[in-house]
Amino acid sequence: MAASSTTAFNARPSGRVSAFWRRLRSGDDIAYVITLTCALTILAITALLVFELYRNSAVSREKFGWSFLFSSTWDPVAGQFGALPFIYGTVVTSALALLIGIPLGVFAAIFLAELAPARISNALTFLIELLAAVPSVIFGVLGIFVLVPMLTAAEPAIRAVLGWTPLFSGPFYGVSIFSAGVVLSVMIIPFIISISREVIMAVPPEQREGALALGATRWETTWDVVIPFAKKGIMGSIFLALARSLGETMAVTMVIGNDPAIHGSLLAPGYSIAAVIANEFTEATGDLYLGALIELGLVLFGLTIVINGLARVLVLSTARKGAG
Amino acid sequence: MTRRTFIANAALAIALTTGVACAQKVPINAGGATFPYPMYSKWFDAYNKKFPNVQINYQSQGSGFGIAQVTAGTVDFGASDGPMNDMQIKEFQDKRGSAILHFPTVMGADVPVYNVPGVTGSINFTPEALAGIFLGKITKWNDPEITKANPGVNLPANNIVVVHRSDGSGTTYIWVDYLCKVSKEWETKVGRGTSVKWPVGLGGKGNEGVSGQVQQTANSIGYVELIYAVQNKMTYGKVKNAAGEFIQASLAGVTAAAAGVKDMPDDFRVSITNAPGKGVYPISSFTWLLIPSKIQDPAKKKAIKDFLAWMLADGQNMTEALSYAQLPKAVIAKELKAIDKIQ
Repeated sequence: MAASSTTAFNARPSGRVSAFWRRLRSGDDIAYVITLTCALTILAITALLVFELYRNSAVSREKFGWSFLFSSTWDPVAGQFGALPFIYGTVVTSALALLIGIPLGVFAAIFLAELAPARISNALTFLIELLAAVPSVIFGVLGIFVLVPMLTAAEPAIRAVLGWTPLFSGPFYGVSIFSAGVVLSVMIIPFIISISREVIMAVPPEQREGALALGATRWETTWDVVIPFAKKGIMGSIFLALARSLGETMAVTMVIGNDPAIHGSLLAPGYSIAAVIANEFTEATGDLYLGALIELGLVLFGLTIVINGLARVLVLSTARKGAG
Repeated sequence: MTRRTFIANAALAIALTTGVACAQKVPINAGGATFPYPMYSKWFDAYNKKFPNVQINYQSQGSGFGIAQVTAGTVDFGASDGPMNDMQIKEFQDKRGSAILHFPTVMGADVPVYNVPGVTGSINFTPEALAGIFLGKITKWNDPEITKANPGVNLPANNIVVVHRSDGSGTTYIWVDYLCKVSKEWETKVGRGTSVKWPVGLGGKGNEGVSGQVQQTANSIGYVELIYAVQNKMTYGKVKNAAGEFIQASLAGVTAAAAGVKDMPDDFRVSITNAPGKGVYPISSFTWLLIPSKIQDPAKKKAIKDFLAWMLADGQNMTEALSYAQLPKAVIAKELKAIDKIQ
């Protein structure tokens, strides 16, 4: 391969090479090469990550095969490993976080970008960006010492309203899938608000002026003209939020209850993929145990791709509907 | 330009000569268990003050890390809260071509902590009660197995919430090792390990996670390290030992557990949970340094052997200040002899 590329290079007319050098000196090609290298770095890191996860999980993959994804047993002593409870916990907590976070985040962003006076908007935006920089362990601690007692106090009210569904049945210990979803939503809202606000503010004023001139009210302008224009960017903020919630470790493990089982109820404890890796990796001994934990990492990677793909398909289909 | 080169060369020469002069400087890499880390870091620091040429760098990343790294040869010695099993020892021999030696350093213990509304004092636990609770078979605080050991204590008819460690840890190993000794059912159903498949309960991360969860959940029970409970002034339960006494964990009770071992094996790989004898606290354990029997570098070998001897003499006097239990005299004598096995 190396030989053929050298011959190809040598076969090129020297005029083209010197032209390349000229452009290189003028800067365009330097910029091209530098940015291309940076972009390729990302590709290389991702590929290396997947390769290493795949290679190091060989023992576990060979032993369990696809059943790893569908088994609910996680028994380090007996050497039986299955990922299903962790997949369930990761997906459900992230879905809950988005369910709470999207409406709150998007509406807050609309208020800040379109409706609030500039002074309030700037002050609040500063606070939100501060919130985005808080380490996740702080959210976890707040979760244990503030949110969990609050949820425990609010439990009768939650049950009175939603207790009829199986999703809110069974005993409640404070730590649960639900608590983890709420903590995650608090963590992702700053991302949604901050990015969505920027995107909404970037909508050209002509769009608004046109709508207002046609007799639309301020809210109609915002909702029917500005938001559809900014939709793609808002979706981008949601993807970023989703990625963060899927991979969140510390805050989740502190409030989820760390119970590798599928109970069905949101008030029951659960476990997430990132949490179990962080919890058990340091003390794991034996190739199979380590392999299973690394395979969980691979599963999380795959899960992120699948969920992001589904979300993109969803966005594309709604976008097309909007256009038609 | 030439002057600068000259200065650089001079500096290099000085560095080289001083480097030769301090050739005895011995940097030693170690890593492993987190439980004894406060003690080890105090020891290594004190030893470095006494012998400035010996510098021991300890990474407290867990017992599993200690075993894996010493086997891979990336650290000079490891440390673990649980002894290496036969398979791990064989792997070490295959990879490194020498034996691995276990040296007990200090001792620790696990204590049951709980949050039962209306109960402020210490609750007595029989081994059957603890095993039953953690197996999920005893589900209420007023179960006869608990009440019969606690006359006069008003235990409520509430459901018990079990809290265990979610992270792999030596603390868990000690707890489940004890449950294995006192309950056949636990041994067959769950077994021993730094992480196990818990029949019931919630997982808290670290001692602080378990104690926080217990404090916030009414009718809960969990387990933490004795040191953690002492330092945070927590109330903890008494456990019935093999001699039939209900013992509140104390450093003396933990040392007694090690002294109770009648025939200490030559490799010190021994579990001292549920040890016989009066005054013994039954949920106690050693923590070990894992030292290869062959150390190539003579300077390192000497430094490690000297440190071990120091740790077994002066070092033992520093343990109580940090709430670790001292080794009993008989164990120290046996270990001093074992140091000669390092070649």
